[in-house]
Amino acid sequence: MTDQTSRRRFLKMGAASASMLPFLRALPASAQGNETLVVVTGATINSLDLHRTGTSRASYQVGINCYDRLLTFGTKEVPGNGLSYDYTVVEPELAESWTESDDGMTLTFKLKPNATFWDGRKVTAADVKWSFDRAVSVGGFPTVQMKAGGLERPEQFIAEDDETFVIKLDRPSKLTIPDLAVPVPYIINSVEALANATEDDPWALEYLHTTPAGSGAYKVARWNPGEQLVYERNDDWVGGPLPAVRRVIIREVPSPATRRALIERGDVQVAFDIPDKDAAELADSLDVFSTPVENCIHCLCPNFEFEPFQDADVRKAIAYAVPYEAIFQAAAFERGLPLWGGSEEITDTAWPRKTHYYTDLDKAKEHMAKSAHADGFDVPLSISLDLASWMEPTALLVQEALGEIGINVTIEKIPGANWRTAVLVEKRLPLHLENFGGWLNTPDYYFFWAYKDGHLFNSSNYRNEEIEALVDATLHMSMDDPEYAPQIQRMFEIALDELPRIPLYQPALNVATNGAEGYEFWFHRQLDVRLLKAV
Amino acid sequence: MLASSPRLRAVLMRLAQAIPVVIGVVVISFLLTRALPGDPAVYFAGVAADEASIEQTRVAMGLDKPLPVQFVHYVGDLLQGDLGQSLSSGRPVATDLANRLPASLELTLTALILAVITAVPLGVLAATRPGTWVDHLCRVVVTAGVSLPTFFTGILLIYIFYYLAGIAPSPLGRLDFIYLSPDHVTGFYLIDAALMGDWETWRGAAKQLVLPAATLALFTLAPIARMTRAAMLTALSSDFIRTARAAGLSKSVVLYRYAFRNALLPVVTTLGMVFSFALGANVLVEKVFAWPGIGSYAVEALVVSDYAAVQGFVLVMALLFVVLNLVIDLLYTAIDPRIGFEAR
Repeated sequence: MTDQTSRRRFLKMGAASASMLPFLRALPASAQGNETLVVVTGATINSLDLHRTGTSRASYQVGINCYDRLLTFGTKEVPGNGLSYDYTVVEPELAESWTESDDGMTLTFKLKPNATFWDGRKVTAADVKWSFDRAVSVGGFPTVQMKAGGLERPEQFIAEDDETFVIKLDRPSKLTIPDLAVPVPYIINSVEALANATEDDPWALEYLHTTPAGSGAYKVARWNPGEQLVYERNDDWVGGPLPAVRRVIIREVPSPATRRALIERGDVQVAFDIPDKDAAELADSLDVFSTPVENCIHCLCPNFEFEPFQDADVRKAIAYAVPYEAIFQAAAFERGLPLWGGSEEITDTAWPRKTHYYTDLDKAKEHMAKSAHADGFDVPLSISLDLASWMEPTALLVQEALGEIGINVTIEKIPGANWRTAVLVEKRLPLHLENFGGWLNTPDYYFFWAYKDGHLFNSSNYRNEEIEALVDATLHMSMDDPEYAPQIQRMFEIALDELPRIPLYQPALNVATNGAEGYEFWFHRQLDVRLLKAV
Repeated sequence: MLASSPRLRAVLMRLAQAIPVVIGVVVISFLLTRALPGDPAVYFAGVAADEASIEQTRVAMGLDKPLPVQFVHYVGDLLQGDLGQSLSSGRPVATDLANRLPASLELTLTALILAVITAVPLGVLAATRPGTWVDHLCRVVVTAGVSLPTFFTGILLIYIFYYLAGIAPSPLGRLDFIYLSPDHVTGFYLIDAALMGDWETWRGAAKQLVLPAATLALFTLAPIARMTRAAMLTALSSDFIRTARAAGLSKSVVLYRYAFRNALLPVVTTLGMVFSFALGANVLVEKVFAWPGIGSYAVEALVVSDYAAVQGFVLVMALLFVVLNLVIDLLYTAIDPRIGFEAR
């Protein structure tokens, strides 16, 4: 249902639900009770189907709120910062239970027998199979994400009977179960989708783009691209506890200043993903949650293709010259976590972790003097204009600091559209800032993307044979394996000694609420409206 | 029939002359978008895309084909009235523009009407009383209007009237979330709501319009007031006014029938320029007031190299300007009968 929903139909829908909703008649925000919540965000929802090419990140929330997955994650408290999902606890969503064969190669899921799609039809294993087939077949991002969990081909998915779904794996992997709880493998009403598929479009990409067909906690009552998305609760949801709020309105407000005025006045209840600066300033007057983003690091990356950076002393000189504290204050307004000044000895597998580097210009100069480039050199430091809010202050501070040790930095600003090509695909930027974060929260997964040669986020063109071997060995290994921790620690040791990426700080996702509670941080960095309550 | 109506023939002639312009715009916008930095396939393949999925995206977008082939496809679609599919919004460009252009036009036209009813009397008064407080007021308003950037005025107005005073409605776009948008007839909410007789929604839409329109009006009234004042001064000091005064015509007749009418031509020209200018300046106002207009659409499309959307935008704007110029030329002949179509 999109903007084509006629006014009359929409009103009927409203009237049919238990009470008349506050449409048409203006009601003060305070009188809305638990009926309606309004959320403002700066990002645009451009599709209701995550599997489609070009779907924006903000659109992933439709996959989360309107569709169910087989599994989901539990909840934990973050000290001082409200709630967060818990990577270590996997809970059922559409599945009632699941078993793993002894060799770890076969996963068997029992679906909840009372689960139905919005049209009233029972959710069957055939729907799950069709949805998984779709995710691995449409190409692009969903296919890549499925592959991370070892889900690559339709033949791996078997619908044994209506309520039994089986996944055959090529090898056991600790990433498979968590990968079933990310937004991608959601379950679509395959009968409805197939009825609207065409020969050119066997996966009904066009239909589901504007018309979700799921079993999730919320239905899309209205979608005006570039303006708003209205969620309406599905009272028959069985995937979890029934949400408290009947209707959630997501409004797109591009200007952060306007979003701030709205949340401060209390006319909206949630401002999602606000700038660090606003978060720091609003923290006294409103409920502001600044959750450090798991498995995400803001880094300064020296590119190995640039000759001076092949010298380990030059990289160490930079790591000691960077003004970490000043960057954390100016770029992050102290939202997030510092990642410098840790101990050199590595005894655990926590990641992101504090490095043993800190700002010490004398040490930096020593390393510089030892290097083959004691006289210094010129280098451009590249930043993305789209990410200027943190990259620009960081770059200026780095420029100033590196000037002290004889590295003459010029700042090069690259337009957002060009950024990914230059930094990740061509990997041609000698010195740049980077902000990769992995959805699956294990160090090996981060290393797989950011430290392995040729992989997308390894923008430094780094290659180390030992790291290659360690990542391959640990990626699918169980975290309880006695081999795991020593190998991961060895990986940290190499990476922090060789410094293809110099960690600066761990960023935070900022959310302000005024009249709503229950906000929970998720690794996908989108709003799970199912958990919100009005106060 | 054509022969009997010279004006109609002239209009048709003008429209025919616009054809090469439009062809030029189609070619240039196509080439310029391709010259934009950045690779849309990489962008749209998503965050964790690898080489293979980027290549798949490229093929899906038709960007693997050589430029001339892409151009032929584009023109072919265009001839069938298909502006292509926007990747960033995921919908046909024509639908997007049809939704967003009325929003921009409604805002710009309201702002222009506001600007004209303030700026023209202000300019006339300033010209008839040069050196007095009215003239100084005119100067201050004009300077402020030009020198304050629209996003600043916008945020300032929100701060005062919404945040502090609480009189203005939430700056949440064209309608607060408690209203439903009226049925789409013209796309202008004020007109559509009036057509439905839904005055509740009409008031809601009008309230939302006040602050952004005032912001934009403040920005656009400056050139209009300036031009009115200058044109009035020129007209008032010309020979025919002296003659009219000498002939003993009353002050108001001299001022309005002779001076003002003659001063109107440059004002209308300015109005045309300001209109086109304001449609562009809209972007910032749209961002601040979450107005779903055509300007922010084009900027977002540009940022992600969304070719079809950028081309569609440029084309629609070109058509709009062709029409606008024609309207202004027609206005000339209405204001000043000495200007005929045959002359050009």
